[in-house]
Amino acid sequence: MPFELETAPHPEKLKRVAIEPVSRVEGHGKVTILLDDANKVQQVRLHIVEFRGFEKFIEGRPYWEVPVMVQRLCGICPVSHHLAASKAMDQIVGATLTPTAEKIRRLMHYGQILQSHALHFFHLSSPDLLFGFGSDVATRNIVGVAAAQPEIAKMGVLLRKYGQEVIRMTAGKRVHGTGSIPGGVNKSLYAEERAALLKDIYQMVAWSRDAVQMIKGLFEQNLEQYNAFGRFAAHGMGLVRADGAMDLYHGGLRARRADGSTLFDHFDYGRYWDVITEDVKSWSYMKFPFFNALKNSDEGWYRVGPLTRVTQSDFIPTPLADKERQEFLAFDNGSATGATLGYHWARMIEMLHAAESIKDLLHDDDISGRELMATGQRQERGVGVIEAPRGTLIHHYRVDENDQVIRANLIVSTTHNNQAMNEAIRVVAKQYLDGKELTEGLLNHIEVAIRCFDPCLSCATHALGQMPLDVELVAADGTTLDRVLRDMHGVCLRDSPPA
Amino acid sequence: MSDQNTFLLDGEEIPFVPGQTIMQAAQAAGKYIPHLCWHPEFKPHGSCKLCTVKVNGRFGSSCTMEAATGQNVENRTQELDDKRRTLLQLLFVEGNHFCPSCEKSGNCLLQATAYDLGMMTPHFDHFYPDRPVDASHPDVMLDFNRCILCSLCVQASELADKKFVFVMGGRGMRGRKIIINSESGKLGDTDFAVGDRAASICPVGVILRKRVGFAVPYGERTYDKAPGSALEAAK
Repeated sequence: MPFELETAPHPEKLKRVAIEPVSRVEGHGKVTILLDDANKVQQVRLHIVEFRGFEKFIEGRPYWEVPVMVQRLCGICPVSHHLAASKAMDQIVGATLTPTAEKIRRLMHYGQILQSHALHFFHLSSPDLLFGFGSDVATRNIVGVAAAQPEIAKMGVLLRKYGQEVIRMTAGKRVHGTGSIPGGVNKSLYAEERAALLKDIYQMVAWSRDAVQMIKGLFEQNLEQYNAFGRFAAHGMGLVRADGAMDLYHGGLRARRADGSTLFDHFDYGRYWDVITEDVKSWSYMKFPFFNALKNSDEGWYRVGPLTRVTQSDFIPTPLADKERQEFLAFDNGSATGATLGYHWARMIEMLHAAESIKDLLHDDDISGRELMATGQRQERGVGVIEAPRGTLIHHYRVDENDQVIRANLIVSTTHNNQAMNEAIRVVAKQYLDGKELTEGLLNHIEVAIRCFDPCLSCATHALGQMPLDVELVAADGTTLDRVLRDMHGVCLRDSPPA
Repeated sequence: MSDQNTFLLDGEEIPFVPGQTIMQAAQAAGKYIPHLCWHPEFKPHGSCKLCTVKVNGRFGSSCTMEAATGQNVENRTQELDDKRRTLLQLLFVEGNHFCPSCEKSGNCLLQATAYDLGMMTPHFDHFYPDRPVDASHPDVMLDFNRCILCSLCVQASELADKKFVFVMGGRGMRGRKIIINSESGKLGDTDFAVGDRAASICPVGVILRKRVGFAVPYGERTYDKAPGSALEAAK
């Protein structure tokens, strides 16, 4: 039922509930829900209401500035934008990277995957998973986790810190570094940096394994709820290596339909527009990409990210993560592979893969090599694609003969997942809100569904309980039936008008 | 007692040779007077006013004022540094200085001086002027968004390179600008070369060698090694 709840036939007669803001960090999102007189859900939409404009204002800038500038899109995954733009600019300068440059970039990327997945799982989502989706908002945050289960909180904090250290040593800074430049990198790893990272990497691998066991245990304990929560079938897309292995840094595009059949495989992302088109809808600034082969965004929408990558790749090229992948696929006859909360499990498998990959790279002498840069035949167009923590990230640029960018197109993970996120929250709305009096706890189920996909839209919601939330239930005649306020300190107030 | 000529700079005796400016004498003694448009290779013209000091209680530009016996020069006082910080804030809001994505970051005298003087915010409303980027030259790019009108490129091109590529033109706060001395007004139509002295004189991020941006990692850029005050005083 992909679009059953997208547009209600007679919205003017319905009560409107808005969750706004869903987030205040990476763009500004809100959810609107239209209910009929019996509180039956008639329409649910996730709106991204902020316009960023990066594609426009980098026009005229020199191409070598782009990897540093565009990463300012995001404070959570700037490395992904930094690397995707660099890959595009590698094509502009016609470079084939040196082994040192490619491995330093991979190291940076795995550091990013590690820190971002740790942040997402431990800091943002574990409070929901450990305490329950509708539990007390005052303790449903990372501080609550630290109080109730300090070892888990410590693990999350130190895993993230380690990933940030990897980024700092490869990019120069933990956030918004400059390490990757068109044609290579500006530094390799110094001996003391390598030794410092090697000292702790085995602990990181062990903790990443523990994290996989933790989410696996949660699935086992709550099998029915976890499998059913926001569940829907979807097509999927992601990069895979030439041999079908998971490769988060480079590869060809693989897309599979919801039934598992292949739509395209090992497709050269340099011509992504031959397989993907972006649709627009009047109610959101975010586009709706779809597979060209499936004609339109109603039929051809898809999802990206950890769940798709883990299920679509033929294997994971590090042994511990691959073993976990096989267990994930086999769990309860494969039920978790289609569960929205399966994103968390897949995410932890990827975090383990990232930790193992960092360990392997730290034993590779190329990461301390001196050959950092390469050049080649100058090109006019460059497309860089990378598997960012949240999914496939596409950067596409055209550069003129004066070295200035004349066109840019960015398709970020959240955009690929736009329709999928809408779908998830519609399913959740039907499952949990239909016919019931709205409570703050019930509305949080919507945010739990969004968090499965993309902390760029939800990270502020667990900012130590500080996300202000104002939910209003308005009758068709405009009178306020119910209102729940959550202030900056996480305190909920009900402001119901007299009956 | 020495018969050397001296003046007092923040209470410390500074020797000077007759004809030297206060700035030159301070530099020779390894003392830092904040500055942007002054450069030891070229004639001072006192335009940025950052090197303003108080000489016997009166304000003056240390880059143009000759040192003299009996001068009591105040330099790094709270009053003067506060005024310098305000001048820096004015420069930041008059142009478009986006340090986070500027390749000159870490090698920029304006940025380093702002750090030195503890400038934490721009304070004033930004002008957001509409200024051009000239990428017409094959090896050098001009990004006038960052120009502070120090005119060092004008002097370097005229005096060191003998080319007269850059000219100061226009009038008024928004009209004053660097003009390229070619019929088209484009750098690509001049005989400017990447090896010219003017190509490496810019203290901010206007005159940039193409295709090498961000090649130097954090920790190895000019002002990563020492603050601007220390490096400039050692020039």
